[in-house]
Amino acid sequence: MAVPRVVSTRFGAGGEKHRHKPEHDRERAAVLNLVRKIIRVGRVTEPHDADPAPLEGVVAATADRLHGSVQVRQVDAGSCNGCEAEFSAAFGPVYDVERFGVRLVASPRHADVLVVTGPVTKNMAEPLVKTFEATPGPKLVIALGDCARNCGVFAGGYGVAGAVADIVPVDIEVPGCPPSPDAIVAALRQIAGR
Amino acid sequence: MSLTGTAVALLQVVLTIAAAPFLVGVMRLIRARLEGRVGPPIVQPWRDLRKLLGKDRMVSDNTGWVFSIAPLVLLASATLVAGIVPFLSTKSALDQVGDLFAVVYLLLLGTVFLSLAGLDAGTAFGGMGSSRAMTITAIAEPTVLVAIFALSVSTGSSNLGSIVAATLAHPATAASPESLLAFAALAVVTIAETGRIPVDNPNTHLELTMIHEAMVLEYSGPDLALIELAAHLRLVVFLGLLSNLFVPWGIATTAQPLQLLGAAVAVAVKIVVLAAVIAIVEVFMAKVRLFRVPELLAASFVLAFLAVTASFFLA
Amino acid sequence: MVGVALGIAAIAATLAMAAGCVLPERARVVWVGILTAASATAGGVAGIAVLAGSARFTANYPDLLPLGGIRIEFDALSAIFTVAAALVAVPASIYGIGYGLHGPSSRPVQVAYPLLVWSLMMVPAAGNVTGLVVLWELMAISSLILVLAEHQHNPEARTAAQWYAVVTHLSLLAIVVALLILAHGAGGESFAAMRSGAGRLGPGVTSVVFLLALLGFGAKAGVVPVHVWLPRAHPEAPSHVSALMSGAMVKLGIYGVVRVGWDLLGGGPGWWGAVVLIVGLASAMFGILHALLASDLKRLLAYSTTENVGLIFIGIGAAGLFASTGNRPLAAVALAAALLHVINHAAFKGLLFLGAGSIHSATGTRDLDSLGGLARRMPVTAATFAVGALAIAALPPLNGFVSEWLLLQSLVHSLPSKAVAVAVAMPVAVAVVALVGGLVAATFVKAFGTAFLAMPRSVEAEQAHESPRTMQIGLVALAGMCVALALAPTVLAEPLRRATVAVAGLSSGRPIHTNGVYLQLSGIQAGLSPLLLATGLGVMMVVALAVVRRRRVHHTVRDIPAWGCGRTLQTARMEYTATSFAEPLQRVFDDVLHPEIDVDVDHRTESRHYIEAIRYRRQTRDAFEQRLYLPLLGVVRRAGDAARRVQNGSIHRYLTFSLITLIVVLIAAR
Repeated sequence: MAVPRVVSTRFGAGGEKHRHKPEHDRERAAVLNLVRKIIRVGRVTEPHDADPAPLEGVVAATADRLHGSVQVRQVDAGSCNGCEAEFSAAFGPVYDVERFGVRLVASPRHADVLVVTGPVTKNMAEPLVKTFEATPGPKLVIALGDCARNCGVFAGGYGVAGAVADIVPVDIEVPGCPPSPDAIVAALRQIAGR
Repeated sequence: MSLTGTAVALLQVVLTIAAAPFLVGVMRLIRARLEGRVGPPIVQPWRDLRKLLGKDRMVSDNTGWVFSIAPLVLLASATLVAGIVPFLSTKSALDQVGDLFAVVYLLLLGTVFLSLAGLDAGTAFGGMGSSRAMTITAIAEPTVLVAIFALSVSTGSSNLGSIVAATLAHPATAASPESLLAFAALAVVTIAETGRIPVDNPNTHLELTMIHEAMVLEYSGPDLALIELAAHLRLVVFLGLLSNLFVPWGIATTAQPLQLLGAAVAVAVKIVVLAAVIAIVEVFMAKVRLFRVPELLAASFVLAFLAVTASFFLA
Repeated sequence: MVGVALGIAAIAATLAMAAGCVLPERARVVWVGILTAASATAGGVAGIAVLAGSARFTANYPDLLPLGGIRIEFDALSAIFTVAAALVAVPASIYGIGYGLHGPSSRPVQVAYPLLVWSLMMVPAAGNVTGLVVLWELMAISSLILVLAEHQHNPEARTAAQWYAVVTHLSLLAIVVALLILAHGAGGESFAAMRSGAGRLGPGVTSVVFLLALLGFGAKAGVVPVHVWLPRAHPEAPSHVSALMSGAMVKLGIYGVVRVGWDLLGGGPGWWGAVVLIVGLASAMFGILHALLASDLKRLLAYSTTENVGLIFIGIGAAGLFASTGNRPLAAVALAAALLHVINHAAFKGLLFLGAGSIHSATGTRDLDSLGGLARRMPVTAATFAVGALAIAALPPLNGFVSEWLLLQSLVHSLPSKAVAVAVAMPVAVAVVALVGGLVAATFVKAFGTAFLAMPRSVEAEQAHESPRTMQIGLVALAGMCVALALAPTVLAEPLRRATVAVAGLSSGRPIHTNGVYLQLSGIQAGLSPLLLATGLGVMMVVALAVVRRRRVHHTVRDIPAWGCGRTLQTARMEYTATSFAEPLQRVFDDVLHPEIDVDVDHRTESRHYIEAIRYRRQTRDAFEQRLYLPLLGVVRRAGDAARRVQNGSIHRYLTFSLITLIVVLIAAR
């Protein structure tokens, strides 16, 4: 069982060295710790608002065809990783966007939604286009964060090719620098319809 | 091949297909709850499949017919196995069509086609997944067949119906050393073949650590739906085999509707319990290195071998 | 009828050889192909007639040779092997027309080919020692000529032929000695006399005869440790000849072991079976591990032949073991599995070698690492090779599965048994068969996947074209045989019974029963219906396709680049190769195989930290060659060098030798 092997040597008052517990003892202790933690913490997910705001127009039609199943591929097109931190928090225990039928997938071929973060750098412009082309329709693109919407503080930078909308068609924008997990969850719930 | 037998087999196939995505939903739910999350509803895998069927099918320029038929072969082999394995009744019509060996080789057929499809995409990761999947399958094979050997020694047959019927007739054999050892061996193989932790991580997004996922990176839409459904089916088939070969009670010995209903409930409970155990254990474990997997499978082989030896020396 | 068919086979083969001698180049190839195919057809008809119930055919030609006559005894066991040879020879001959027009069309090759085909069919029909040895030698020499067919532009072929010539003649020596001891003790050199007189030999003598026969015939069968010629010679021969050598010729070694050990000698103690079983287990493991790592397609197929012969030996050895413990019904099942595998292996290995030949003539290479993308360029070759690969991987519903299933059934149902040897050997045998089965699947996923799928890895592969029509006919015919043998094994139940009954030392009774489309075994509660399995798979595929197609909302987007993680460039150099595919398994079996791995790193001139190129080379040497044969050859060479010191060309020394000899003779003759 893979449990991080923490090797710590502490010295007691008399300077006498405590012996390490044998490894299986430590592993058992770790498993028991985890069990205790699971029981003590219970469920940490916050209750959610009643219903997501409805989408409009073409985007709504596309979202309808997904039937409440939203598979997401995230593309970092040049972000400072602030948006990524918030995005991963949206999938964590507190916000738990997975309860609305949203799941991260490993290939754009499996995805319905591309979540693009950051201003699109010159090096990432072509991979972004390729990712968009590799995603089967019906598909939606979310520009996540201010940089993705309008290049943010990086606007005009020598390495920046433009905002996401300059490279691929954007359907939904989530403002914020970085956007809060709440906002991210709200956008994804709009697509999931739940 | 009697008419009722055929009807039972068909019913079993339909029920298994209907239930398989729910089982995956249950496992995801259990994991989520242990992680402190609410988790997706258990119908979510069905929703995913429904949506995938309506999506575009993308076929890249260097793939050929292998890529196109692989999902069909994979699903067909898993479905056929779902009809052969005795879930509901020992009197399935397909019992004489194929025995445990046929089941094992049918599942291998699916793996082979999926591996070929992984190579057909021509991407680095597809080939990597194929190579790893075939490696694990190849070294899991001895465990499976030797465990079958152990089971068939005590019953004198490798036919699934006969093994189950023999255990029903002599309940004490279920707790015999060879039976327990064979169960342990097959349990390890089940984990390996269904791509669960610690052999493979079905939720991974890092291509370098993938096995099953790497082979299907290129699939989309309806093809992906077939592959996912087949993967769900294989999980049910393996767990169902494990539970009914070793704990067959509840299975129908006739084709009466009421008995079949009872059998369906019984096998569902058994499978869900096993799946729950897997899901819970997964929370406590990390994936092992690829080159540690052979050691795990070697250990399972030793268990299977001991099972045969026990069946000989303790008989 | 059998006699007439065999006569026609002989006449057609003679005509084919004549055609090979006199006709001009193009006509020669065509006529040799047609006449050899006719000869093989006639031979096959004779075999099928005997298997279908005709009486065994015997004939005697006492004055055919100066020393002894030739007897023909064509029974059901012979017929199995003759049919296996004919099964490969007919498609291979047709294939040879197209293949020869672009390749080996010289006179010696075209004369030797019909002779090889005919002798392959006739070796099992020989009914006395003289006949067997003469036909055996005809087969050996004609195949040797064919191995040398491409020696002018392929120096490898010469080395291969040397190894082949030496091993095959040493094995002939062992066979002749074994049969002479037996004939002497039994009081006659006809098989009938040997069969009835074998009881007069002591147990020690029979065991010596058996071991010598096992050595001699085993060398022809290519089992460990006398297999070394096989992975050298089979790849170098023209592909339709490789198909014959792997599909039919190695089977005659198996025939010899069964014929001598369990028919002429009438079976022996249990350890005979155990020895054959152990040889089979070792060959199967050794063969498949080397096939797994091979990246030369024909070498891979040759090693896989060693593996399949190993499986057949496992069946025969298990049968011997069971028979010695008194479980004759089970022995019959094991023997039937082995004999069925003889036929099945002829079909799929013949097919795979012909497929490899198609690839070789289209691309000029056999190296899997520089192939790829051929499925689209050579669709017929690809589809038929796929059938062969699935069949050899023992996947249902193809023919390899049926014989592997039979073999596993016979092994699994050996317990509970009173004999400790059986109880110890069988779990090991099942484990080896299973591991081999898994590795075969990996090997042929590798072979088919890297040769035919994805992008071509070289210009030659990119410019490949489908082979000529005659070659396609050969491929399709053998692929059809693989399917037919799979779906109709119930038809084979009766012929297999006749063949197993012919082996008196092993079996009696009926190993396989048929119940409609079901295959059932005697004394074993197990059933299989390949036909229904195939139907089931087909129906499920159609249903799945219908469900997918019913929802017409989706489009199919074609001709887009594969998803390469957004990389700007996606080339064939990024694909997994055959070498990389086998790498994880190579690491798992590192301790057994000891592959030699060289990694060369070229640094740039500017700095050692910048790397120009990295080359990775992996080579797996044959452990037996390295540890057994090369040292042995070294001893022989040193002995030769020592002898040369005696013979140094000095006339004085020779005169001294003469004088010494004279004195010795005078003293001795006093």
